[in-house]
Amino acid sequence: MTGETTAALLLLADGRLPAGGHAHSGGLEPSVAADRVRDVASLETFLRGRAMTSGLLAAAFSASACAAVLAGANGRLGVLEEELDARQPSPVLRQTSRKLGRQLVRAMRVIRPHDCWVGLGRSPHHPIVLGAAAAVSGLRPCAAALAAVHDAVAGPATAAVRLLGLDPFATHAALARLGPLLDAIAADAERYADADPAHLPAGSAPLLDLAAEHHATWEVRLFAS
Amino acid sequence: MRAAAELAVEAVALRGGAVRSRIATLRSQAPLMLRLTHPKGPEPWTRLGDGAARVCLAAGAAGPIGGDAYALDIQVGDGSTLVLREISASLLLPGPLGGQSTLHTTVRVGAGATLVWLPEPMIAARGCHHLTDVQVDLAAGARLVLREELLLGRHGEQPGDVVARLRIRLDGRPLLHQDLALGPAAVGWNSAAVTGGRRALGSLVVVDPAWADDPPPATLVGDTAAVLPLPGPAALVSALADDALQLRACMDAGLALLTASSEDRRPGVAS
Amino acid sequence: MPHDHDHTHDHPHPHVDTAGVLPREPGRALRIGIGGPVGSGKTALVAALCRSLGAEVNLAVVTNDIYTTEDADFLLRNGVLPNERVRAVETGACPHTAIRDDISANLEALEDLEESIPGVELLLVESGGDNLTATFSRGLVHKQIYVVDVAGGDKVPRKGGPGVTRADLLVINKTDLADRVNADLSVMDRDSRAQRGDLPTVFLSLTEDPTAAPVAAWVRGCLAEGAAETSGVASGTAATG
Repeated sequence: MTGETTAALLLLADGRLPAGGHAHSGGLEPSVAADRVRDVASLETFLRGRAMTSGLLAAAFSASACAAVLAGANGRLGVLEEELDARQPSPVLRQTSRKLGRQLVRAMRVIRPHDCWVGLGRSPHHPIVLGAAAAVSGLRPCAAALAAVHDAVAGPATAAVRLLGLDPFATHAALARLGPLLDAIAADAERYADADPAHLPAGSAPLLDLAAEHHATWEVRLFAS
Repeated sequence: MRAAAELAVEAVALRGGAVRSRIATLRSQAPLMLRLTHPKGPEPWTRLGDGAARVCLAAGAAGPIGGDAYALDIQVGDGSTLVLREISASLLLPGPLGGQSTLHTTVRVGAGATLVWLPEPMIAARGCHHLTDVQVDLAAGARLVLREELLLGRHGEQPGDVVARLRIRLDGRPLLHQDLALGPAAVGWNSAAVTGGRRALGSLVVVDPAWADDPPPATLVGDTAAVLPLPGPAALVSALADDALQLRACMDAGLALLTASSEDRRPGVAS
Repeated sequence: MPHDHDHTHDHPHPHVDTAGVLPREPGRALRIGIGGPVGSGKTALVAALCRSLGAEVNLAVVTNDIYTTEDADFLLRNGVLPNERVRAVETGACPHTAIRDDISANLEALEDLEESIPGVELLLVESGGDNLTATFSRGLVHKQIYVVDVAGGDKVPRKGGPGVTRADLLVINKTDLADRVNADLSVMDRDSRAQRGDLPTVFLSLTEDPTAAPVAAWVRGCLAEGAAETSGVASGTAATG
């Protein structure tokens, strides 16, 4: 993961990557509305929970998709799609994942042209596209996993600054404290790179599912999810 | 302690075209005791005298405890109907040597068969270390109701560690795969992403081939409960609550919502 | 080194302009962005354009108001456009990001409209209200209109900003209020000429002219110009090498 491809990982994991992520709060907006997240401390706990659940799920599927593309086994991506669907009981979150996946494909087609973008279907799940993007960027599954779990917490942290007016330094300090956890999750996810897709973790997070469904019914919202 | 129990049901054709579900295997091993039973409380889909097989699982009053390894195998043969309930809640307790307790359940529901499985809650007592793993294989056209409830600690008690896994395949393809890790060993389990400090969690899956690819729409059942259509002829009621009673109310509301609409659509059934 | 291969081969490229400027493609809709500060009258202008052009042009709208449904509802309530011709995009509390830095969600909405409305000729993208530094990405729209109003102060054109200086059309709105807010229209006219060179500016009062006639005429011109430009030109896969 280190060495000559590190810059490629930074590019992929940068919040400024124009792939639609800025409009999503990763469940933070409904959690703020329900007063379950109200300050840096509760945000940090939320991010830990999110990293260990949705973050691990995304990381494992990204690592697996990355390995599949590196091995030229693109047919496995379809199996991963089905398995990921089964792990996301919230229809809103399934749709969000597919929407973000589609937006990432659109961006990657220009950023890193590659044949694999053609065969991914209309709206592939985001972690799968992210894994493919990592592979196309010359990255290994571990880097794909790290980008995925970083994405799972960085977006909500930014959303917290916008929604709660939290001190951006304190919020980033929380992200810094999460570093070792994110590294551990990425290392754990990497173990699934070549595993049978049926054995990938699900990282269930019931409150994120329910919050997403509530959020989707709002008349007024700032973030798309 | 190790224990393995087995239950198999098969359909027997009666004269006049009716079908009765017969218990083909009923193998208990203490403390996993399987007993034939009469209807206990309201049941979705089935009616008295409809030939369904009814069985109750009576596990030991306390346990499993750390170190116990239980296995349960359930086979519901093509065209048959099984209603499986439980006598009482199970209390997950730490073992003397600090080991993990496990309950592995494998389920197969054949073509046109129905399984209604309504176990009582699992209560994760302080210090417990438990894994429950349920693998369900449904043939095309099988019907399923499956409820799981988990209470985090007895009254006023911090829970131990529980991992609850559920994987349902329909016609060989994944339909629902959940993997819930709760308790002090699971980072962030009590956060606003996972339980938000609620003590009772439940999920209830309904698979009904009558829905084809169009399960009922997402419906909020409360602040922290909803009916979620799955990618297939299935829906999940997912709920968090403050206590067992509230949780059961959500489960029952979701079950009524999902099974009533199905009854209404089935031709030839007088309501 | 963006590519390690040249572009003389014939593998299919998606319809993306790698040079960063959205090409006009025959048979595809003209995309016009409408931006401007909060309260300058963007939504009212969109509604006016829909009324003026709706009968002659097959059009649809994407709205970026930070409040998802409000702008869309305004258009619906005024009976301007049916539901299926309006899409709302959430911008994560950053309206300028959604039209400039990360245009993904807007592209998504535009493509949805193109797919669901056969033969759509004109797509209006209304940005959420923002400050003077906001501008549309050239990867998102072909043309952009920037709307300011006299009540924002007659100094606004002199302040410049990419919307005022570079928009394809500058609309100075609510001229009927000029006297009441002590805005000198001649100052605004002089400053915008200085800032914009040959780019056009129009003065507008939607209370006096609910059809927004000069803006509608400018849009008609863009549609005609696009039709002339693209006739006989192959699709724009202008690629960098």
